[in-house]
Amino acid sequence: MSSMSFDIAHLLAGSILVLSFVLLYQDRVSAVLNVFALQAVALSLSVAWQAAIQNAPHLLVTAGIALVMKGIVIPAALHRIVRRLGIHREVEEVLGAGPTMLTGLGLVALSILLVLPAGQNVSILVREDLAFALAVILLGLLMMITRRNAVTQIVGFMSLENGLVLAATGAKGMPLVVEISVAFSVLIVLIVFGVFVFRIRERFDTVDVGALDQFRGEQGERL
Amino acid sequence: MPVFVGIWCVAGLLAIAALGIAAGRSSNGRTLVYGGCLLLSLAGLGGALWHLVSGQPAVVQVLPVGLAGLGAHLRFDGLSAYFSIVINLGGGAASLYALGYGRHEEAPLRVLPFFPAYLAGMNLAVLADDAFTFLVAWESMSLASWALVMANHRAPDTPRAGYIYLVMASFGTLVLLLAFGILAGTEGNYSFAAMRASQPDAMSGALVLLLILIGAGSKAGLVPLHVWLPLAHPAAPSHVSALMSGVMTKVAVYGFVRVVFDLVGEPVWWTSLVVMGLAGITAVVGILYALMQSDLKRVLAYSTVENLGIVFVGLGLALAFRANGMGLPAALALTAALVHVLNHSIFKSLLFFGAGAVLVATGERNVERLGGLIHQMPRTASVMLIGCAAISALPPLNGFVSEWMTFQAILLGSQLPQWGLRFMIPAVGALLALSAALAAACFVRAYGVTFLGRPRTAAAENAHETDNWSQGAMLTLAALCVVAGVLPGPVVDLLAPVVQSLVGASLPAQTFLPWASLVPVAESRSSYNGLVILLFLAISGTLAALFIHRLATRATRRSDIWDCGYPDPSVATQYTGSSFAMPIRRVFGATAFIVRESVDMPRPGDTRPARFRIKVIDPAWRLIYGPTARAALKVALALNRFQFLTIRRYLTLVFGTLVILLLVVAAWR
Repeated sequence: MSSMSFDIAHLLAGSILVLSFVLLYQDRVSAVLNVFALQAVALSLSVAWQAAIQNAPHLLVTAGIALVMKGIVIPAALHRIVRRLGIHREVEEVLGAGPTMLTGLGLVALSILLVLPAGQNVSILVREDLAFALAVILLGLLMMITRRNAVTQIVGFMSLENGLVLAATGAKGMPLVVEISVAFSVLIVLIVFGVFVFRIRERFDTVDVGALDQFRGEQGERL
Repeated sequence: MPVFVGIWCVAGLLAIAALGIAAGRSSNGRTLVYGGCLLLSLAGLGGALWHLVSGQPAVVQVLPVGLAGLGAHLRFDGLSAYFSIVINLGGGAASLYALGYGRHEEAPLRVLPFFPAYLAGMNLAVLADDAFTFLVAWESMSLASWALVMANHRAPDTPRAGYIYLVMASFGTLVLLLAFGILAGTEGNYSFAAMRASQPDAMSGALVLLLILIGAGSKAGLVPLHVWLPLAHPAAPSHVSALMSGVMTKVAVYGFVRVVFDLVGEPVWWTSLVVMGLAGITAVVGILYALMQSDLKRVLAYSTVENLGIVFVGLGLALAFRANGMGLPAALALTAALVHVLNHSIFKSLLFFGAGAVLVATGERNVERLGGLIHQMPRTASVMLIGCAAISALPPLNGFVSEWMTFQAILLGSQLPQWGLRFMIPAVGALLALSAALAAACFVRAYGVTFLGRPRTAAAENAHETDNWSQGAMLTLAALCVVAGVLPGPVVDLLAPVVQSLVGASLPAQTFLPWASLVPVAESRSSYNGLVILLFLAISGTLAALFIHRLATRATRRSDIWDCGYPDPSVATQYTGSSFAMPIRRVFGATAFIVRESVDMPRPGDTRPARFRIKVIDPAWRLIYGPTARAALKVALALNRFQFLTIRRYLTLVFGTLVILLLVVAAWR
């Protein structure tokens, strides 16, 4: 494999990771959605590049799905939701940016430590891809737990799923049927989340999930 | 053929269980259920006997039920056949007894469906040839017996007994599961055939042995896992108590023998130290506690603990000999243990039946409120006497044979090369001798206080003999006690192929030795002859009776009876159970149990009676179970907080766990 194609794969995968950090740092809702769309575009480029260098045309379909679904449809839908909820200008209170970024750095270090030494017989590209993917997944999880807003939590989840796709394509591609079903399940998750966000909003006049906690039945019985 | 008898027995018993649900309310449902159980038990007994006597090879059968890709493997070999005999003999006797005893059942629907299911579970457990089937049978046996323990759920102690039984049974099964997990290895092959083929290395073999010892020991009542047994066994109806004590503990022994002698392969010698040490302590502690009890059925339950200790001493000895490649001594020890399994199941069932008869006749289980029953219940009293003599290991009854053989094996222990074993085995022998002596004291006490003397209450005075079915069951078992004691040769020979397949050697044929002697090792060493002892007892007894009748004076004298220094003729001045046990309680009180004696003496002028209270506490509760329960409660309360977290905190928990696991993986390399 030429070093050029390696570098480009590296660059694209790395850019997904960098965008994950941007997601983690960004605290304005509409900006988060834009960054997410950008991450999806980077993902589809990365997958397309993998299709080219692995000579696996079916990965192009994966790239297409990622581009259309996550790059266009889902961000557009989320933008709509946010506008209808009137929170597109909302500034979210994030757990202090400094500690979050430091934790994220730690997670990236952890995933590199974990994946790079594993499987010496696998090519360095695959291992780096996997390391990036694991880091993106962990950062997505971290985003889910540091946010209070339901919409940004959804974005965290979607970016986690980006990491999964990255991992799967790096490891010699994944079967198309799996990719399609994952894409659809993500879409369904979006719908469910969307419905829930509106219901939450209707009921509690906020999408801050913290507000839900005081309505839980068991609390009266707390020991 | 016999494997099909076994399968059809299990299927038939399950069908009868369903019938028990349907017909439990009708008046002849009891006859139908117990009669069916009796017939099927006899069929199972016949099939198993035929298998052993005709020396059939092992039969294997795979049924297409159970886990996908595994199925239910069943196998009927000598060991299964022998334990099948024990189970179906006990099951048949209990069914016969229950044909009469079941009449007194308050809620038959709580017993009738579970009794056949319980028998089916035990029958299936000895047939199973893969871990899954075995554990399913084991658990269904536990659950059915739990339901039977809870049959009388309104009695004040029963719910606690049931709860503790359930906890201990789940714990035991969990440990068994771990043991089978190790045996199955990384390929996860759960059939016994595969486990037999793959010999585990010494360390994991020892680990499996210890796990099985805990798992089967919790069912068999090894100290300190015995705490549930004296609570649960007496709480069940008497015929079920007989099955639990006499038979279910033997299924536990079967599990141990099957895994340790058949599946694991060559043992490590030091594991036998653990088995023997635990077994010796179990024997002594079990019988000491039996001596302290005043509840007749609880005396019997604790004595079960003791007898299982004796069985496990034999098994431990067999392990020690086998680890050193000593075939004949190993065969002797294993034969002794297996013969004791059969013997104990016979006399313990008999004693529980007798206790049930007393319970029905008087409504009392407390020996302090009984007495003088030999006049009201002469037949029950005489069969109980045989049972008590047998369990006290008096010749020429069967209990003596197996304990004598165990001692013969202990005497061979000096030939072992390891010093640890050479020191341990005489110590275990001393414990065993002590427990045998204490057992005699225990049953003199239980029998004397219950059946001799004068009735202590009106209930005991107005007792009446039990029904014919129950008498028939007890009489059969008492006859078996005598036969197996006088002619032990056939039983030993029946076991020869079983022992041969497990330790690679067997005792020489015994049946056709002159005068029905039992010569386990060599004529010059020792031999036992039940027939001669029986003849001696019969002749000397007859002669003594003749002499007394001939030579004693026939003149009638009237005078005061000896009153033991108590001129008060009240029945309360008789020796009681607790006064009989007092010397032993004083001797062992400080070491073996925690005894609280308190005297409540009224002040001068106060007219209330003085009271003397004794509380005997099992140290296992104080030292092991109390702290464990408190720690579990503490942890549960601490974990309870996790039920009321916010969604984000739950996510954080998941995330934290993931990161920690990843860190562990990263650090591990």
